[in-house]
Amino acid sequence: MDFNFMSASIPLYIKAAKMTLDLAVWGILSSLIIGFICALIGYYKIKILDKIVRIYIELSRNTPLLIQLFFLYYGLAKLGIKLEAYTCAILGLAFLGGSYMSEAFRAGLEAVSKIQIESGLSIGLTRWQLTRYIILPQAFAVAVPALGANAIFLLKETSVVSAIALADLMFVAKDLIGMYYKTTEALVLLVLAYLILLLPISIFLTYIERRVRHAGVGN
Amino acid sequence: MAKQSNEKVLEVRHLNKKYGETVVLPDFNFEVQRGEVVVLLGPSGCGKSTFLRCLNGLEEIQAGEIKLNGQIINADATKWHVVRQKIGMVFQSYDLFPHMTILENILLGPIKAQGRDRLEVLQQAEKLLERVGLLDKKEAYPSQLSGGQKQRIAIIRALCMNPEIMLFDEVTASLDPEMVREVLDVMLELAQAGMTMVIVTHEMGFAKAAADRVIFIDQGQIIEEATPELFFTSPKSERAKKFLNIFKFNEQVS
Repeated sequence: MDFNFMSASIPLYIKAAKMTLDLAVWGILSSLIIGFICALIGYYKIKILDKIVRIYIELSRNTPLLIQLFFLYYGLAKLGIKLEAYTCAILGLAFLGGSYMSEAFRAGLEAVSKIQIESGLSIGLTRWQLTRYIILPQAFAVAVPALGANAIFLLKETSVVSAIALADLMFVAKDLIGMYYKTTEALVLLVLAYLILLLPISIFLTYIERRVRHAGVGN
Repeated sequence: MAKQSNEKVLEVRHLNKKYGETVVLPDFNFEVQRGEVVVLLGPSGCGKSTFLRCLNGLEEIQAGEIKLNGQIINADATKWHVVRQKIGMVFQSYDLFPHMTILENILLGPIKAQGRDRLEVLQQAEKLLERVGLLDKKEAYPSQLSGGQKQRIAIIRALCMNPEIMLFDEVTASLDPEMVREVLDVMLELAQAGMTMVIVTHEMGFAKAAADRVIFIDQGQIIEEATPELFFTSPKSERAKKFLNIFKFNEQVS
């Protein structure tokens, strides 16, 4: 392995890691918001909207991110809607992640038992208070592991955006391979870069899971 | 017990409850005076728990009216949260909120639903906790408590709302035998303090000790209604005799 080449490439990887992280943060945040809203719509069976949410979730989960990105970047351009690659990437991640996050939140909401809801009602809470103080905290505690797994999944999925010419980690690695044929070096650095990004997140999530465990359903 | 007045706290007229085509309560009539303790007895599936749940709107009723202090409470489904602040209810399963401490469990209703002053509620909560001997558990989480302790907290949580009436739905049914007593003692003390109570239970000894009136229900209908002395010594109906015999057998065996 050419270590000189590798150390010389590190600044490129740092720059690309910033792009990957940037996409992941915005992608995950918007997925959480979309997922949260969709899950509540589904849980409270809000008319018409819940059908739309159902269609969205099936569409999003059963099509690959790559195809979604191509549609946003090339497909919409043909229709006259030209979006920047960066915008497309975040839209694509949000579109994909929203459904996964929604299902995770939904599972948490469904896990709140009937007796908890009835207890909340029997002390005179309104529907809103019941949701705010009983249902959401308990649902969140159940949903955290799945939400965390989805966040990691989305960060890894960002590697797809190199396909629409965004300079993320994957893009840089492919570039270096293409230009210098340093395949092994470029890929080792790529693996290391993702590990460095993901390991702290995994550890942080394990910590959070432990913190919320006592709030879980049942005793 | 001479504590009750002639003031009706709760009045139920022609209550009809169906699950789809199945009629659970065809035509139920019922009333409770202030300070009275009424125990509902009957075989499982006779509708006594369902009736209790109808009283605070957890079950929708198909016909009839429910009055609290003379006011009809079942006309407007959107007002139930206000009515429920005056009707305390304790369930069979431990129903404390697992993500909150004992104190938070007790304070939630009074502060959020009733909008009362935190300090005032806190004082009342601590006084109640002391009364049942659980003040030292106020910062604990429900998972750290035994079943009996949890049920005593559930009773306090309802009491801290200053309800007009308390409903108990088989609150000792899922407790280990050695914990039943500590919960019944709290209820007995409440009864003696003059709380209006409607209790569904299978604890015959407790019914004898605490009840002013026993109502025996079978297939959604009131079969017999009497003082506990009369009901337990000389039940009139065949069904009540059969029901009591089963329990006599249980007592002899155990």
